[in-house]
Amino acid sequence: MLVEGIKSRPVYGGFAIDPFARRHIFALEGEGALALLDQKPALTATMLNRSEVLYVAAGPKGLDHDLALAALKPDRFWQGPTIETLLFRLRGSLSAATMSTRLYISGREGFIGQCMQVATDMGMDFSSIPTEHRGSLARRVQCVHCKGITDDVRTSPFKCSHCGLNLLVRDHYSRRLGAFQGVNVDAEEPGTAPQAEELFA
Amino acid sequence: MSGGLAIAVRVSRIDTVAANIKRFRLVRHDGEPLPVFSAGAHVIVTMDDDGHRRRNPYSLMSAPHDTSGYDISVLRVAESRGGSAFLHEKLREGDALTISHPVNLFHADKRGRKHILLAGGIGITPFLAMMAEFDRANVAFELHYAMRSREHGAYWQELVERYGAHRVKLYFSAENDVLPVASLLHNQPLGTHAYVCGPDRMTDFVLRTARECGWPKSNVHSERFLAPISGKAFDAELLRSGIVVRVGDHESILEAVEAAGIDAPYMCRGGACGQCETAVVACNGVLAHHDVYLSEEEKASGRKVMICVSRFDGTKLSLDL
Ligand SMILES: Cc1cc2nc3c(=O)[nH]c(=O)nc-3n(C[C@H](O)[C@H](O)[C@H](O)COP(=O)(O)OP(=O)(O)OC[C@H]3O[C@@H](n4cnc5c(N)ncnc54)[C@H](O)[C@@H]3O)c2cc1C
Ligand code: FES
Repeated sequence: MLVEGIKSRPVYGGFAIDPFARRHIFALEGEGALALLDQKPALTATMLNRSEVLYVAAGPKGLDHDLALAALKPDRFWQGPTIETLLFRLRGSLSAATMSTRLYISGREGFIGQCMQVATDMGMDFSSIPTEHRGSLARRVQCVHCKGITDDVRTSPFKCSHCGLNLLVRDHYSRRLGAFQGVNVDAEEPGTAPQAEELFA
Repeated sequence: MSGGLAIAVRVSRIDTVAANIKRFRLVRHDGEPLPVFSAGAHVIVTMDDDGHRRRNPYSLMSAPHDTSGYDISVLRVAESRGGSAFLHEKLREGDALTISHPVNLFHADKRGRKHILLAGGIGITPFLAMMAEFDRANVAFELHYAMRSREHGAYWQELVERYGAHRVKLYFSAENDVLPVASLLHNQPLGTHAYVCGPDRMTDFVLRTARECGWPKSNVHSERFLAPISGKAFDAELLRSGIVVRVGDHESILEAVEAAGIDAPYMCRGGACGQCETAVVACNGVLAHHDVYLSEEEKASGRKVMICVSRFDGTKLSLDL
């Protein structure tokens, strides 16, 4: 069950390498690696010499693309164990970046949202950042009641991992949090929540 | 009403601030405060030039929080069709004018960390208001101001005094100074925004250089002081009104339509806001699009025209107006 027709849902336009950028930073998660690998014709030696690739594999289910990425021989290739470490590294790279730096983000929605948050925090305009959704459709959801965030939500409704309420996943997306909104469905009569449906596999 | 609600004002003071540039202070006729505006905004000034109505946009240069009056600065254009000539040569202190409510198509991006302002000549006007706002909010900015000469440039001395030489850089072409656009745009930290307002050639050059320096479009802003371009006279058929108007060689379609007593929508009268967009029903000839609003594809399709600045050359033009 999903609340549809809400306009705040982000749009992921896909990658297009900016030929004028002096520096390219790629933040990639899991299948997001393919968004870069698929750019093959645009991946010239000059372009790769100006590129920094930050990669994190996407959990046990995700395929590993680290070897393929490293084989591109970008100026810098960095692989981290978790999204948090990648975000920390991204923040570091952006703090030294100039206006000629283009950031590209690809992976699951929650990952894109979190990188976007770091980038806008560093002063980047979200419309200048190409994004491409790859991998599972699982969502990162914030419970509007306890404010706790649950990653990798595949069904709606689902049980909030913090307060245990049954939450309906809305299409309402907060750019600031990089998360969708989850609202309790059985507030009047606990236990009457509709059957959970797998919507974001 | 098109152009928004009008405000009756009186010219409380006129100063000559440089060769060919005068400043006009406008206060409300009824003595009430004027609306607060956001820096970068302009108003449409309606003038009554011996029964001939003239309307031109002018940027507000006074501090946006000062509601006691608005200041505009006007360059006397050599081949004026009348607007700037009227303001310079005929208007006197105490005279009445009508202005529209402020419209802003040249906002400062509030999320910016640092703002680089590139002004050419009279293009300084919107930046005067912006700098007052940045200074008040303690936001980092730099002004790079290109002028023909010390005599032709307005306000540069006061600006250096007020904001300091570290924030205000001057370039006089008479002294062979060149505004170093590319080196300025290189190595700016993330979150910097650049703004340009000046002659078309300067604006084009800055936009192109920013692109080549790898700047994203979202961080580069421009405003052009477009005026209706003169050309050959032509007829325009207004289908909804059921009349044909003659557009004179020194007139815009919008002006001709207004002279015929038809109230067409407008906001900037400078080809930038999109308000005057009109559907073209029939066109036997060539549309000369002078606006910066329509996309190249829309211009090529020939189905829309911005009547405040664009013209037509051909045998028949029918508009949905
Ligand atoms: C948003 C906006 C803000 C403005 N702010 C200011 C301001 O603060 N101060 C100021 O002085 N002016 C400003 N202008 C310009 C102003 O509105 C008038 O265009 C200007 O004062 C000239 O008016 P005019 O009636 O004297 O001459 P016009 O006859 O309207 O124009 C002068 C002559 O120059 C020609 N011409 C004009 N532009 C071009 C061009 N791009 N290419 C070729 N020929 C051209 C015209 O064909 C005409 O013959 C602004 C314009 C816009 C759109
Ligand atoms: S009135 Fe703004 S584009 Fe014509």
